[in-house]
Amino acid sequence: MRPLDCVIQEVRSEAPKIRTLRLDREIDPAPGQYAMIWVRGVDEIPMSFSGPDTITVQEVGIATQALFSLGAGSSIGLRGPLGRGFVLRGDRILLIGGGVGTAPLAFLGEQARRSGAEVTSLVGFRSSEEIIFETRFEALGDTIITTDDGSVGIRGRVAEGLKQLDLSEYSQIYLCGPELMMWDIISRARLHSGKIQACINRYFKCAVGVCGSCCLDPEGLRVCVEGPVVSADRLLESEFGRYRRGPTGGRGPCRG
Amino acid sequence: MPSLSVDVGGLRLKNPVMLAAGILGTTGASLRRAALAGAGGVVTKSLGTSPREGHPGPTVVQVECGLLNAMGLPNPSYREFQEEIEIARTGGAPVVASIFGSSPEEFAQIARGLKADAFELNLSCPHAENYGSELGRFPAMVEAVTGAVKAAADAPVWVKLTPNTADIVELGLAAQRGGADAVVAINTLKAMAIDIESGCPILGNGLGGLSGQAIKPVAVRCIYELAMRLEIPVIGVGGVGSWEDAVEMMMAGASAVQVGTAMLKGYGVFEEITGGLSRFLERKSLELEELRFMAGRRS
Ligand SMILES: Cc1cc2nc3c(=O)[nH]c(=O)nc-3n(C[C@H](O)[C@H](O)[C@H](O)COP(=O)(O)OP(=O)(O)OC[C@H]3O[C@@H](n4cnc5c(N)ncnc54)[C@H](O)[C@@H]3O)c2cc1C
Ligand SMILES: Cc1cc2nc3c(=O)[nH]c(=O)nc-3n(C[C@H](O)[C@H](O)[C@H](O)COP(=O)(O)O)c2cc1C
Ligand code: FES
Repeated sequence: MRPLDCVIQEVRSEAPKIRTLRLDREIDPAPGQYAMIWVRGVDEIPMSFSGPDTITVQEVGIATQALFSLGAGSSIGLRGPLGRGFVLRGDRILLIGGGVGTAPLAFLGEQARRSGAEVTSLVGFRSSEEIIFETRFEALGDTIITTDDGSVGIRGRVAEGLKQLDLSEYSQIYLCGPELMMWDIISRARLHSGKIQACINRYFKCAVGVCGSCCLDPEGLRVCVEGPVVSADRLLESEFGRYRRGPTGGRGPCRG
Repeated sequence: MPSLSVDVGGLRLKNPVMLAAGILGTTGASLRRAALAGAGGVVTKSLGTSPREGHPGPTVVQVECGLLNAMGLPNPSYREFQEEIEIARTGGAPVVASIFGSSPEEFAQIARGLKADAFELNLSCPHAENYGSELGRFPAMVEAVTGAVKAAADAPVWVKLTPNTADIVELGLAAQRGGADAVVAINTLKAMAIDIESGCPILGNGLGGLSGQAIKPVAVRCIYELAMRLEIPVIGVGGVGSWEDAVEMMMAGASAVQVGTAMLKGYGVFEEITGGLSRFLERKSLELEELRFMAGRRS
């Protein structure tokens, strides 16, 4: 597929470095699926859908900065929806997210709610200013918030919130956030790993499963097409949480 | 079942269907996965002397008839890659290291420093400044690089040729003079796609290389011309996605084939092609070797 031209309809500031862009068309993504967003003349980067026609972007480097410089009326190129998204299982689900990783979970929760599932959320942020989608999660059902600095909710990491939950009560658990946060949750919830679906990041280049950039050791799972949603069972046996590859293909540490 | 095993360019392959360079070749695990899925041999991502991040995105564009790419030779350098080759080897198929450099000395340095079952010299990537076809379009350079690697390497040396030239046979003969054990043809055809909404070239690098179905007839022609004139084996690549394509390439003169873009369909393509190839040989009561260059004997 060639990149589809999409006009930005609306830009919404969610937090100091996080913005939601609404596009002029719904391309019918499943929650957990992503698009390759082409900022012309700069780069093309993967972004999860935070709604049927929205992406939510955190400014971290050159391409995301360039996306931030675009206002309503500007256009981007888009390839998508791509990859395998979350699969809804059962009628009592738990969402666990951190930072901008809460974006695909809010989208998933809203879809699950419409199909009658009961939704509980545990979402963590660095501080009160960085909280996003609070009202979206609260509208879905019980919501636990953690902040690293304790300015809102439970003080500490997302895993602190686990103490208030009985994981065996949920038919399925959905996870998205910084890798080390997800790794922390998965390691603590090992007993339940068979029912945890995690939306993960790797360095994507082609996004069609041919270049090898995103492959996860030791199976060589092509995260761009066989993910980005991967079961925690598989992640426990993998490089996840230990190392990841960058743009050269060389191994590096997992940050954040 | 007819035997599919072949001896080609100094390697014995259990079947003639290999994974092409730069396709799912960034990690040892993905190479091993191709071997376990039935590839007769696997080729790594092209490796250079120092780490490269490659071109900015988009790095690929799917067009009606194939795929355009300008990855820009991203790689962690050959020094970082030995471990991946060892992992790839556990898949049970020979692992060919694709290497690139900007001079005969650089190629030789890599060949000396890296252990692999064979080397494939990338003298044909059409979209990386100072590398690939920028050297590989000159017969004298092809010969010099091949000679330097032959002197440095203790494994067979294959030379991958560019079709972006008036006469690919000149390049093949140069590789042969340099002592190559086989040539591999073809790399991508220089190409471009433009976004008509904005007028921007789509690939981050502007120009790229076309692969897939669209280039198969070009590849078949190149292989045929090479097989006609060269004594060393030709390994065919360009648009192979089915067993019929593999048969056609072998009839054009290929001793083995490589699969690149068709990996879009997933790892199942290896079994699809080898299965179809076996059934075809059985139906025609032919040996694999009899396919090779059949078209040359019948024209
Ligand atoms: C499936 C998937 C979904 C994602 N969803 C979101 C989202 O909803 N919101 C969001 O803000 N971010 C998301 N990201 C991360 C986002 O793609 C990166 O933050 C972005 O590419 C950074 O680009 P940059 O040029 O601004 O930063 P750079 O300065 O180039 O890099 C900063 C960091 O971003 C990461 N990164 C850079 N390029 C890529 C790439 N091509 N593929 C993967 N990681 C990269 C690297 O870890 C790098 O260290 C997602 C990533 C993936 C793989
Ligand atoms: C995404 C991509 C990356 C490639 N990387 C390399 C590479 O690193 N080295 C190389 O010699 N050829 C590379 N090639 C070229 C292929 O190995 C092959 O020669 C070409 O794609 C034609 O075969 P196909 O039509 O089966 O893809 C690449 C091709 C693609 C599509
Ligand atoms: S990004 Fe190229 S294979 Fe996944």
